[in-house]
Amino acid sequence: MLISDGTMSRIQTTFSRLQAAGRKALIPYVTAGDPRPGITVELMHALVKGGADIIELGVPFSDPMADGPVIQLAAERALAHGVSLRNVLEMVAEFRQTNTETPVVLMGYANPIEAMGYPVFSAAAVAAGVDGVLTVDLPPEEARERVAVLKAHGLDPVFLLAPTTPVSRLAAVAELASGYVYYVSLKGVTGAATLDVDSVATKLAELRQHINLPIGVGFGIRDAQSAQAIASVADAIIIGSRIVQEVEAGEAGLTERVSAFLSGIRAAIDMARA
Amino acid sequence: MNDIYNQPDARGHFGQFGGIFVAETLMAALEELRVEYDKARNDPAFMAEYYSDLKHYVGRPSPLYHAKRLSEEVGGAQIYLKREDLNHTGAHKVNNTIGQALLARRMGKKRVIAETGAGQHGVASATVAARFGLECVVYMGAEDVKRQSPNVYRMKLLGATVVPVESGTKTLKDAMNEAMRDWVTNVDTTYYIIGTAAGPHPYPMLVRDFQCIIGEECKLQAQEQIGRQPDAVLACVGGGSNAIGIFHPYIGVPGVRLIGVEAGGFGVETGKHAAPLTSAAKPGVLHGQRSNLMQDENGQVIETHSISAGLDYPGVGPEHCYLNEIGRAEYVAANDDEALLAFHDLCRLEGIIPALESSHALAYAKKLAKTMRPDQVIVVNLSGRGDKDIPTIAKLDGIEL
Repeated sequence: MLISDGTMSRIQTTFSRLQAAGRKALIPYVTAGDPRPGITVELMHALVKGGADIIELGVPFSDPMADGPVIQLAAERALAHGVSLRNVLEMVAEFRQTNTETPVVLMGYANPIEAMGYPVFSAAAVAAGVDGVLTVDLPPEEARERVAVLKAHGLDPVFLLAPTTPVSRLAAVAELASGYVYYVSLKGVTGAATLDVDSVATKLAELRQHINLPIGVGFGIRDAQSAQAIASVADAIIIGSRIVQEVEAGEAGLTERVSAFLSGIRAAIDMARA
Repeated sequence: MNDIYNQPDARGHFGQFGGIFVAETLMAALEELRVEYDKARNDPAFMAEYYSDLKHYVGRPSPLYHAKRLSEEVGGAQIYLKREDLNHTGAHKVNNTIGQALLARRMGKKRVIAETGAGQHGVASATVAARFGLECVVYMGAEDVKRQSPNVYRMKLLGATVVPVESGTKTLKDAMNEAMRDWVTNVDTTYYIIGTAAGPHPYPMLVRDFQCIIGEECKLQAQEQIGRQPDAVLACVGGGSNAIGIFHPYIGVPGVRLIGVEAGGFGVETGKHAAPLTSAAKPGVLHGQRSNLMQDENGQVIETHSISAGLDYPGVGPEHCYLNEIGRAEYVAANDDEALLAFHDLCRLEGIIPALESSHALAYAKKLAKTMRPDQVIVVNLSGRGDKDIPTIAKLDGIEL
């Protein structure tokens, strides 16, 4: 969204730049504080090194209803260290000390933000350098007042769209969303298996008639091949569980492994220029 | 009060509580359910089948029974029991699963899923699934699978698949997370039978409506047997479906106190309990709804404790939060040890083995009766029978079965 002084938000700037270059955005996800709080900022820098355009940073929650086993366990590992929403904001602030370019979108569930309160959270998030907020269990129907607070602080509310989303719901999303929208490519939880590129393409064409924002696609993208296929139809590809699996594999060589994995994805999607 | 009480609103809000807080993938399914339920409840054929099943399959009406010896021993008010324990499957849960199975069939769903804590809702779901020829998968916390083993076997006998849930605290809330994950994956073919008056709209409303038969019968029976309505109606509250079922028809009846009894665990003051209303827990969002919620200062849901698996839940149905806020119902807690004493009292004095959940309501009834006159009346919703709890009780008594 446009910040009050008329400049573009970091997310908007990023998509404009990519679009001008005919490239697609690469959006990796990691859970903040997994496997320990001290490694998250380093990992974020490694994601950027591997080619990330935007980072989705997971806020751990005790009851991650929309996540598959990989991200559930990541949240449990982070929570074992007591990682809170405030801690996550501190991590973003530390990341911003050396990176002022890469947008950071917090992804999580409603309750940690509810507990802090939207005005307090929004002010703290902007101060830390957060750009967008994706709340998995906050559909547009419940979002209106909450999103107004986010937007008043210059934060982009990112909304999910699903294969089951009827056209009748798109107007509400179009009205509230800014930055980009996140199309959940399949029915299921994060990290689920199969992905049908043709049905994604069909749905995206339908969404574009109603939503004038970049569309990222996530859930089920695991490798260069699936990333490239999706990048040929989407504006951004989002990869979560596959990266969290690298974290799960242990800290030895972690940042190098994550950068290398993402570089492979980056190369693949850059070949899929529209 | 009947005139002004019209909850929830069109989007499922009971005041500041309730609503729909789920991932986008489920929104269409919830809308489909809302529309279909709205048609069903206005369809005389649907309602006729529901009432017929309650009569011929469940065995309703359940008796309103005067527990004379218990009343005498406690001293004070007369204690009556609404005998939901006598329903087929042994608890109030079946009132709701019959209704929802009829809805599932009407919507053309061939597969049903359910979450369960004590196993009563799982059994009631497996039962109706067998009867309607539906595939049934029940999610149950691994901890609860251990402490409610008779019910696990019952569900298997009825043809259901029981999936132990190993994540989180391995109790009811985690079973509900896992059921939601199943639903989001299989949303086209699957109907999710939520067992309590909680979750995203329209569940709190439709579960309430299917459970209201308890209170509606009770009103008729009280008039017939006592010649008036009771002074107080008590029910245990976990998610709160048996309580809302008996409370709701009484909301507009003046002079009837409505008292929900939560699980006090080791004592509300110890923090180890499952009593979000009694402990005045801050509102929060979990499992698709906003309700009072046991959580830490960072909004993480905290582990609850209760001797009773069916009450071991950190949230509570949104309508109870609302009734609490407007002061129409009161909420108190009974501790593990008080519930156990009441359990033994009912066995010994009335020849009725109550569920540990219902024993919480009995425990508070004993306290309250003492403060009342012998011509006053308390109705306790005896929501379930205690057969499933026998291993737990025996273990506490140091007995190997």
